[in-house]
Amino acid sequence: MDLSGINPVLLIASLMVAATPLLLAAIGELVVEKAGVLNLGVEGMMITGAISGFAVAVETGSPWLGFLAAAAGGALLSALFALLTQVALANHVASGLALTLFGLGLSALIGQSYGGQKPPAMAKIDLGPLTDLPVVGPILFGHDPILYLGIAIVAAVWALLKFTRLGLILRAVGENHEAAHALGYKVVRIRVLAILFGGACAGLGGAYISLIRVPQWTDGMTAGVGWIALALVVFASWKPWRVLAGAYLFGGVTVLQLNLQAAGIAIPVEYLSMSPYVITVIVLVILSRDKSSAPGSLGRIFHASS
Amino acid sequence: MKLTKLLAGAALALGLASTAMAADKTKVGFIYVGPINDGGWSQHHHESAKKMAEHFGDKVELVYQESVPEGADAERAITQMALQGADIIFTTSFGYMDATLNVAKKFPKVKFEHATGYKTAPNMSAYSARFYEGRAVTGFIAGKMTKSNKIGYIGSFPIPEVIRGINSTYIHAKKANPDVKISVIWLNTWFDPAKEADATQALLDQGVDVVLAHTDSTAPLAVLEKNGGYGFGQAADMIEFAPKPRLSSIIDNWAPYYIQEVQAVIDGTWASHNAWDGISTGMVGIGEITDAVPAEVKAEALAMKEAIAKGEYHPFTGPLNKQDGSPWLADGEVADDGTLAGLNFYVEGVDGDIPQ
Repeated sequence: MDLSGINPVLLIASLMVAATPLLLAAIGELVVEKAGVLNLGVEGMMITGAISGFAVAVETGSPWLGFLAAAAGGALLSALFALLTQVALANHVASGLALTLFGLGLSALIGQSYGGQKPPAMAKIDLGPLTDLPVVGPILFGHDPILYLGIAIVAAVWALLKFTRLGLILRAVGENHEAAHALGYKVVRIRVLAILFGGACAGLGGAYISLIRVPQWTDGMTAGVGWIALALVVFASWKPWRVLAGAYLFGGVTVLQLNLQAAGIAIPVEYLSMSPYVITVIVLVILSRDKSSAPGSLGRIFHASS
Repeated sequence: MKLTKLLAGAALALGLASTAMAADKTKVGFIYVGPINDGGWSQHHHESAKKMAEHFGDKVELVYQESVPEGADAERAITQMALQGADIIFTTSFGYMDATLNVAKKFPKVKFEHATGYKTAPNMSAYSARFYEGRAVTGFIAGKMTKSNKIGYIGSFPIPEVIRGINSTYIHAKKANPDVKISVIWLNTWFDPAKEADATQALLDQGVDVVLAHTDSTAPLAVLEKNGGYGFGQAADMIEFAPKPRLSSIIDNWAPYYIQEVQAVIDGTWASHNAWDGISTGMVGIGEITDAVPAEVKAEALAMKEAIAKGEYHPFTGPLNKQDGSPWLADGEVADDGTLAGLNFYVEGVDGDIPQ
């Protein structure tokens, strides 16, 4: 029962790291769903991104190229989903589930020769005196670049959806694809682009696990983060900042429960283990009591002639 | 005794004759809880299985399924393997115990071997290694190497095997360093690299500088390498992390046991048993102790390993109290296997509760 061992500054710094894969995957999925597409393949795209990023980073020695490849790998896999759902008009749910299974298998195949290897390290951003500041230094200025990229993407998505014409079009396509089509917007093209963006984000999230958070490659190492990202988008009412809050809450409780265990707190471990899920769901359900709801055309198949 | 064994062997041989005629090759099946490239537990079982298959060459056909979840799906996977005509099936995780037992009842002619459990049947053996013997050696090194007097232990499931490991680690870390404290984190999973990495980081954040893991991936060592601190290889040598952070390792060497058991099936002499071997037979190995460890500590650790191998020293020797302070073992008394097999309490000095 010694809470003094828990350092809140280090705790916040590690929760930001723990939350970043979830954040990246969820913000990508948010854009996809805002465009009216339900892609359940997040887990598959993440793990594909994790191995493509890892493989390229190991082969080239550059973590930056690795992350680039991760985004490309995730986007490539999501292109398959786009082909199935937007061109072949297949069911979103079934295609997404297939994408996850395919991604898990594909990544295991690619990853066969990468077990036990070490990726090149990505340097943390060094802001000199800022990083050395007490309290705010480790929390705000002591991370790797991808973590900041994640937050930047959230801000960009928020601004895009709220203030730009492109955001308005994207939302129109998601709310009512027939009306958007009648107005002359290219529904399929917009959706394909949204799907590719979602895939790239999920790929980055996966590579964050394999290149920074763990860092190594093992089969199935995303271990369900993609599914949590999907749930997070729903509970966050399709709002970017709530996704960020939800991801940090989830990451925070995850890290906190490990710290509480290490400090020997007498709370049964089962409660601690389930706490990230329970608390995140409860908080986001309370937050989403307002009128906001799912995009009107979410998961519906669009065909111009129908 | 001998007569019954002989009779049992003969009966088994008769039973086997039919299967042996159906297929010339002996089909050996393995069920793994993680992927075969996890770098630890499952990979090592698989490598031992491959060594066994190499040893027998054409006489044996190896089949396996990886990443089988513990629970209902395990029963399906084992059943399927039995239906495919496997002659002997090794199920290599504690959580497969009841599933293996259920399938064993349905396929009386197939032999089953369950790792790290305690239930057996006429056609189902249990086999395990005395990992706690290895934990004594690594715990001793951990106690000597910690500068903050805080060591951490990442536990998977609160089963006797893991609890023995925690107790053995703490007892011997304390022998090396009377001020040592141990923090335990339970993850309720054998394999989740991201969680294992987070747990390692949480321990480091609290000032722990030596982390011992009882999970299956190399993630803890990867984090220690990046952020400082020492660790040990678990299940596999994990030599790629030497000399730092990996100071030494506990290596599970299953190959000789697998060869012995498959040979028994081929010969028709297989009989149900409960095998529990340790350092003395080589089932538990201690990986090379690196130069990061001072020479005198290394010598003491190796002396302890020798003493355990010769049977001169038992890691659970009294005086030892239970966590609540009540006496467990008197001075010089050695824990019996029955108590150890079902161990469900911490020794005095370990904080926290075991999840029940």
